[in-house]
Amino acid sequence: MSVREIRAPLDEKEARSLRAGDIVSLSGELLTARDEAHMRILEMLRDGRGIPFRLEGAAIYHCGPIMRSDEGWKVVAAGPTTSARMDRLAPEVVRQCHPRLMIGKGGMSSETLEAMKEVGCAYLAFPGGAAVLAAQALPEVLEVHWEDLGMPEAVWRMRVEGMGPLVVAMDSHGRSLFKEVEDAVRKRSVLL
Amino acid sequence: MYPSSLIEETVVRLLRDSECRLPPDVHAALRGALDKETEEMPRSQLLAILSNVDMAAERSVPMCQDTGLPVFFVRGRCDHRVLEAIRKGVARATEEIPLRPNSVDPVSRQNFGGNLGNGMPPVHVEPADTGHLDLAVLPKGAGSENWSALRMLNPSEGMEGVRRFVIECVVNAGSRPCPPVVVGVGIGGTADMACALAKKALLRRLGSRNGDDALASLGSTLLSQINSLGLGPMGLGGSTTCLGVLMEKAHCHTASLPVAVSLNCWAARKAFARVYPDGRVRFSQEGFD
Repeated sequence: MSVREIRAPLDEKEARSLRAGDIVSLSGELLTARDEAHMRILEMLRDGRGIPFRLEGAAIYHCGPIMRSDEGWKVVAAGPTTSARMDRLAPEVVRQCHPRLMIGKGGMSSETLEAMKEVGCAYLAFPGGAAVLAAQALPEVLEVHWEDLGMPEAVWRMRVEGMGPLVVAMDSHGRSLFKEVEDAVRKRSVLL
Repeated sequence: MYPSSLIEETVVRLLRDSECRLPPDVHAALRGALDKETEEMPRSQLLAILSNVDMAAERSVPMCQDTGLPVFFVRGRCDHRVLEAIRKGVARATEEIPLRPNSVDPVSRQNFGGNLGNGMPPVHVEPADTGHLDLAVLPKGAGSENWSALRMLNPSEGMEGVRRFVIECVVNAGSRPCPPVVVGVGIGGTADMACALAKKALLRRLGSRNGDDALASLGSTLLSQINSLGLGPMGLGGSTTCLGVLMEKAHCHTASLPVAVSLNCWAARKAFARVYPDGRVRFSQEGFD
């Protein structure tokens, strides 16, 4: 299987060129955001305040890293977290902020998929738990926001170099590999 | 009887071993899974997992950023000093390894760091008049813990009801607990006991036969049925969904049949220590019995 190299931030056209089943490797930069960061983003948007980082075109990584601080921050372990926890908040973030990639594990709901389809955003699955493999692809912390949320929930903007294997598991054309596998699993389970 | 500093030191080592090195039985099961998978997608996931495991061990860093909440099991002569030494060991390990500070207040969600706080870490104590103290740790991440389930079955549903419930739990969890999973099942006891038994079952060695024939047979049926589901590594399809089904049971009320399921991710972390009164400590990641 050939691995396609992509860079973030990226534009809508490029995000829409990603198709479910593609395996890609990511370079450029990304931002981590989990439950608390998603809540704060929406809160600030509702209050009409500006968010202190740029989400347009961005790759949002569902990740709560372990960082070590000696002469600046270093990434110790940074695998993906369960993306489904962000399902309640992600559709609005996607519609309002236009990130082009979401990276995580386990996939997201049909509501989130619908927002991704409207806006032009793809979901990339990184192997859950492969935190050292991911850390190796995150050589530099560019900035950290909202440290008051705690290490896992803060927003870490980082340089990313050759992160993979990333599976395009949900694309901007309405296809979700997770949904396809899950439907097949449910059908088989009824027969057991 | 056991010096607090020795217990504390042992706890730090247990956490380091369990977080950074996959137990040999789990490692072997993952390698076996890779041999069985023929498709590119599941193979890509297992290869990434296995290379991640090697890198973590080499660098002595946690294999997963969700270093979990460390659940302890203690057997032997144990008093409050042992529990205090465990807490100190957890705080030190959080700083030294480092572990992610995961413990928060459930209402305010405030994180004080150190992985301590009310009731943290959980410690299951079994007092026993043994000539040594057994300590085991099972760091449990939230991705898998969030799919824990308990059902109070009607006794007439019997082991067929248990089988159906376990399958249902694995199907509902889907890709989210990071399959291939290890499935811990607790049968019987009271509701709270069943949950504790399911967790304790996860300390068992993969591939070891349950001494109870009925449980051994149910476990092997469940393993092959779960693997026939096709969920696969990370829920992206494949023939390895489960690495093992491990069970514990306890007697229960004549009118109940509690069953609890505790799923563990592929990073099925565990470590064991046996502390002797003369200060010797044996370490293992597969248990002693």
